[in-house]
Amino acid sequence: MLFKEILYLIRKDLVLEWRQKYALNGMLLYVGSVVFVCYLSFGMRSNILVAPVWNAMLWIILLFVSVNAIAKSFMQENRGRLLYFYSIVSPQGIILAKIIYNTLLMLLLAIICFVFYGFVLGNPVEDVPMFLLSILLGAVGFSTSLTMISSIASKAANSSTLMAVLSFPVIVPMLLMLIKMSKNAMDGLDRSASFDELLTLLAINMIVITVSYILFPYLWRS
Amino acid sequence: MKKNWWKVLAVVLLVYTVVVGMLHEVPRLAILNETIRNLYFHVPMWFGMILILLISVVYSIRYLRKPSIENDVIASEAAKVGILFGVLGIITGMEWAKFTWGEYWSNDPKQNASAIGLLIYFAYLVLRSSFNEQQQRARISAVYNIFAFAALIPLLFILPRLTDSLHPGNGGNPGFNAYDLDSRLRMVFYPAVMGWTLLGIWVVNVKSRLEILRQRLYETV
Repeated sequence: MLFKEILYLIRKDLVLEWRQKYALNGMLLYVGSVVFVCYLSFGMRSNILVAPVWNAMLWIILLFVSVNAIAKSFMQENRGRLLYFYSIVSPQGIILAKIIYNTLLMLLLAIICFVFYGFVLGNPVEDVPMFLLSILLGAVGFSTSLTMISSIASKAANSSTLMAVLSFPVIVPMLLMLIKMSKNAMDGLDRSASFDELLTLLAINMIVITVSYILFPYLWRS
Repeated sequence: MKKNWWKVLAVVLLVYTVVVGMLHEVPRLAILNETIRNLYFHVPMWFGMILILLISVVYSIRYLRKPSIENDVIASEAAKVGILFGVLGIITGMEWAKFTWGEYWSNDPKQNASAIGLLIYFAYLVLRSSFNEQQQRARISAVYNIFAFAALIPLLFILPRLTDSLHPGNGGNPGFNAYDLDSRLRMVFYPAVMGWTLLGIWVVNVKSRLEILRQRLYETV
């Protein structure tokens, strides 16, 4: 029953996104412009863009893209539609569907961002599959914690400021792990070197998903 | 008096901590020297902060199960006192680090983790202040409090252990356990932890009673 609800809700989100393409196109343009701004700021002097800077900047871009993309997941729904959902589906269904949908969206944006960034600023990654795995984990991690935060922030008055203030400290541990793991992949280190980070990331994701699953029903009642 | 014996205990323990902690013999260790006495002031702050934030989370959970003004007020006042302990912990730690590591802030994982932890709870205060309606504020900040505490656990306990740190207890530095065995330190350290924590609980107690009375007054006037 829950499973069917989730599938329906994800389909509804995908259809909505496809019909109002301006949101998706806006995010794609955002990714493109940010990468291009980075390129112009560093100018032609690509020698100052050493590997750690390259890596850190990619993750900071991804962080801002995900905060912007996910912030709207609850703010765009109008009151009447939310009330309608709450009367026909369970809150667990809504939060899980939003998490899965945001993960798909983030995955798409992150991969486009990585390809474009590598194309414009050069691609020093040696172990590409491992790097893609860290991007996958990053997309899942960002979307799980940011979905819950955006549902909290959407209840408040100045939701866009609050979204940033609430989400950055919560997401920093994840970001540090991701930067370390992707740096290992860039240097082409042995894959067992990233095993600790991988496990920690999975554990943090599990904690966040479980806590969201338990807490969301209390949130939507208001 | 029967109900308030723990307040007397808190005062006695703190006087003991300050007097004995400053005067008593301590083990002579290289680099640390006399700064080892910071063990009685810096480390109890973190013990106290974790415990008081735990109280805050417990009252947030209780609020979600059974909404009442008392639970909400205690949760928020405990979070504020937890922040106070965290700030004091960072200040005492920075002062100590200046004399042992040479810098107030040396980009150590533990320092960064505690700064991020404080940011999370400052965000909690900002979130609280952005609602006008009391019930909505109470419920949503309770949800964020629990969520933030779940995010704080890996930050404080798991991440610093994965990376090298200058902090005692990590990566070959003279650790807590190495001198914990010394009974002279232990004689002051355990009473210090108890004393500071009791003081924190006392502050939470007084502040939340005052706040509950203030809200009752608003309702009746």
